[in-house]
Amino acid sequence: MIALIDYRPGRLRSLIFKSPYFAIFVSIVCILVPTSAFSKEIHKEKSLYRNIIVKEQSGRRCLVFTLKRGDRNQTCMDLENPRKLVFPYVRMTMGGLLVNSKPDRMLIIGLGGGSIPLTLGELFPNAHIDIVEIDEAVIRVARKYFNFVETSRVQVHVADARVYIKRAGLQQKHYDLIILDAFTGDYIPEHLMTTEFLQETKQLLTREGLLVANTFSTSELYDHESVTYQEVFGDFLNFRMPSTGNRVILASMQPLPSLFALRSKAKRFSAAMDNYGVDIESFPKYMSRKIDWDASKRALTDQYNPANLLQGDSY
Amino acid sequence: MTNSGSEILAKQPLVFSSLVLSLAFTSGFIIMSIELLGGRILAPYFGSSIYVWGSIITIFMLSLAVGYLIGGRLSLSNPNLGRYGSFYATAALALLPLILFGESIMDAVFVRIEDPRYGSLVASSLLFFVPTAILGLIAPYSVRLLVENARESGKIAGGLYFVSTLGSAIGTLATSFYLILWFEVNQILLTMVVVLFICAISAIAANRYLPDFEPGSDT
Repeated sequence: MIALIDYRPGRLRSLIFKSPYFAIFVSIVCILVPTSAFSKEIHKEKSLYRNIIVKEQSGRRCLVFTLKRGDRNQTCMDLENPRKLVFPYVRMTMGGLLVNSKPDRMLIIGLGGGSIPLTLGELFPNAHIDIVEIDEAVIRVARKYFNFVETSRVQVHVADARVYIKRAGLQQKHYDLIILDAFTGDYIPEHLMTTEFLQETKQLLTREGLLVANTFSTSELYDHESVTYQEVFGDFLNFRMPSTGNRVILASMQPLPSLFALRSKAKRFSAAMDNYGVDIESFPKYMSRKIDWDASKRALTDQYNPANLLQGDSY
Repeated sequence: MTNSGSEILAKQPLVFSSLVLSLAFTSGFIIMSIELLGGRILAPYFGSSIYVWGSIITIFMLSLAVGYLIGGRLSLSNPNLGRYGSFYATAALALLPLILFGESIMDAVFVRIEDPRYGSLVASSLLFFVPTAILGLIAPYSVRLLVENARESGKIAGGLYFVSTLGSAIGTLATSFYLILWFEVNQILLTMVVVLFICAISAIAANRYLPDFEPGSDT
């Protein structure tokens, strides 16, 4: 303000350069410029739900959703080997195949860069895959930059997952494998976390059906979410690997397989999964059925659901 | 005139206007709290996309508009606290279907309308239009109760908007920051029903027991 009123050049210059804000500004520029110089932004758009950026960085092409707390990579593709699953949680999702290894009909909630449907489509060329993605822009970006293709067997539906699942229930659709991958990490679609939602999802599962949910492992939400899944599905496999912030819930309509069964299936899939950079044989020992959460916490329901407020506690 | 008598007369407008202002504050609080909970209520059926919020806000604006219009008309003949209180009681009753039959209403809409945009629009009009329109009666009627002469009417209306919009702001904040963390949606709605009934009773009681108080005549 002072500089605006007193506009003699010398005075202005000394005001700017001597100001502590200038020093702060310079240091911020020094921190920001070199890091962003490594990555190349190849696409940017504002969709109805978020900012979408496609970046290339050290041999990887990544889909980034900009969020208030800094960028988060949603999905990445290795440019030299596009089949390789770059993110641990995407690889962990494949652990579902150790519980249900012959899915004919699959439902995937959340497209991202499309690496999960691409992989499953290759592994099971005769299977039918429905994908539900709320954001049309994400679908366009996945097609254009991440090799995602729709076929007669792999179909994308633009819809809110809760609405799609409720409607699929009315239409008596059934799936052998449902993958819930709708959580981008920052804002949580709360209506996809409740007992009512999980019950509607459970109704879509066949007798052999399996729900694989990529969920939260930090904050108070971990307890509430675990209690909610437990209430609807009973015991489930809690799949957490050291060194990742993710946990994947494997909730089955069948009794849970033994460690021995998991290991022998992992052996069978080992070679196929190698192509995707997934060390599936290391998975079974991290699939636990132990209750390591506070079971006294309240289940989340459509009536009671402060998921976003609970998630905030971890920061 | 005795001392005590004049004191009552001097205090009476103050009691009267603080009663009307606090009731207007409460209705502002409740309107926005219901609107925020509306997003929660519709999400399981229609998602939480921007169009669901669009439906909710559209219906709230429309119903308030209708409420303001009718409330203004109703204030023309014999404005009194008793009728003012009956608005609160009616609003409380009008909230009950939302609590009791909300899910079956949304089920019916969900089955009949595939497009979640129109589904959420129809569902929010069925669930929220009537109670919100009734709460909309309160604002213009409060102005009529407090205005004593034309010169001060703008000031009084401004003060009322201030108080009821402040109520709305606090209702929004309280609901989204705390109430949903502590209570279930229906518990919050039921509490509102109770609070609205308390408002109704206090207005009706004041109408009976406050010494006759005439709102300003037409000047």
